[in-house]
Amino acid sequence: MVDEVKKEEAARMPVLGEQAPDFEALTTHGVLRLSDFKGMWLVLFSHPADFTPVCTTEFIAFAQLYDEFKKRNVELLGLSVDSVSSHIAWVRNIEEKMGVKIPFPIIADLNKEVAMKYGMIHPGQSKTETVRCVFIIDPEGKIRAILYYPLTTGRNMHEILRLIDALQTSDKYKVATPANWKPGDPVVIPPPQTVEDAEERLKQGYECKDWYLCMKRLPES
Amino acid sequence: MPCISPDGKPTSSGMALLKAVGEGALSPEEVSQKTGRPLYLVRSGLRELKTAGLLEEVEGRYKLAEKAKLLLK
Repeated sequence: MVDEVKKEEAARMPVLGEQAPDFEALTTHGVLRLSDFKGMWLVLFSHPADFTPVCTTEFIAFAQLYDEFKKRNVELLGLSVDSVSSHIAWVRNIEEKMGVKIPFPIIADLNKEVAMKYGMIHPGQSKTETVRCVFIIDPEGKIRAILYYPLTTGRNMHEILRLIDALQTSDKYKVATPANWKPGDPVVIPPPQTVEDAEERLKQGYECKDWYLCMKRLPES
Repeated sequence: MPCISPDGKPTSSGMALLKAVGEGALSPEEVSQKTGRPLYLVRSGLRELKTAGLLEEVEGRYKLAEKAKLLLK
C-alpha cells in the first residue's frame, strides 16, 4: 500500500501554480539546475528523439525565434532521453545541413529522471520517448503554463511566444487576455466582485459589452 | 558551457570566468555582466569552478582560491 502511494506520488504531474520540480541535469551546455534560471522565464520543453523530422523542424523554429524569447527575458531548455553525444551530433547536423545554429541547451535525460518529475512520458503515446511538452516557468520558479502535444504534431512557437506575452502582460497590468489576443489588442479587466463594483464598472469609461465583460487598451498599445 | 575539462583543468569558458572574477569578490550577476555570458551559464560555471577548488564563495560572492591565483599568474 505504501509502495503504491509512493509510486502514485512519483508519477504525479506538476500542475499550474506549483513550484516547478527542481532538477540537476547534464546538458549540452554543462550541468544545469532549475535554480540556475532564477530571475528569468524558462521554457522547458521535451521532444521525442534526436534526428527525427518533426523535432528537427521544431528546433529550427525555436532557434529562429530565439532572439524574440531573449527580448522577453526567456531562456529555452530542451530535453529528450537521448545522450549528450547524440544531442551534440544532432545540433551539429542541423547547423551543417540546415544552416541553423541551436543556441540553447538540451538536457540528456537518459535515466528519465527529469521526464518523470514533469510527467513527460505518456505511455499511450510511447513508453520510452517523451511527448512534446512545454512548461513555462516564471522567474520565481512557478509553473505558469503547460502544453502537451502528441508525437505526430509539431508545436507552434509563435503561440508559445504569444502565451509568454500574455502572461507577462497579465502580471504587469493585473488584467486578463481574451481569445486570440496578441500584443497591442485590448485586454480584459477582471470581473467585479460586488454589485456595487459592477455598477461602478459601467461608469468608468471602459469598452463594456456588459458589467462582466469590459475591455481596455493598455498605455503602450 | 562546461568550465572544467575531463583532465581537471579549466576550459576556455572556465578561464574566462576566473579572469572576470579577477581580484574581486563578485556575484554571478556581476560576472554575467562583465563577461556577457547568460546568467544561468555563469551560475553553473561558478559552481563547477568552486567544486574544482578554483573559487571560494562567501555569501553568494565568488573570489579566486589560491589554486586559481597560481593558475592565472
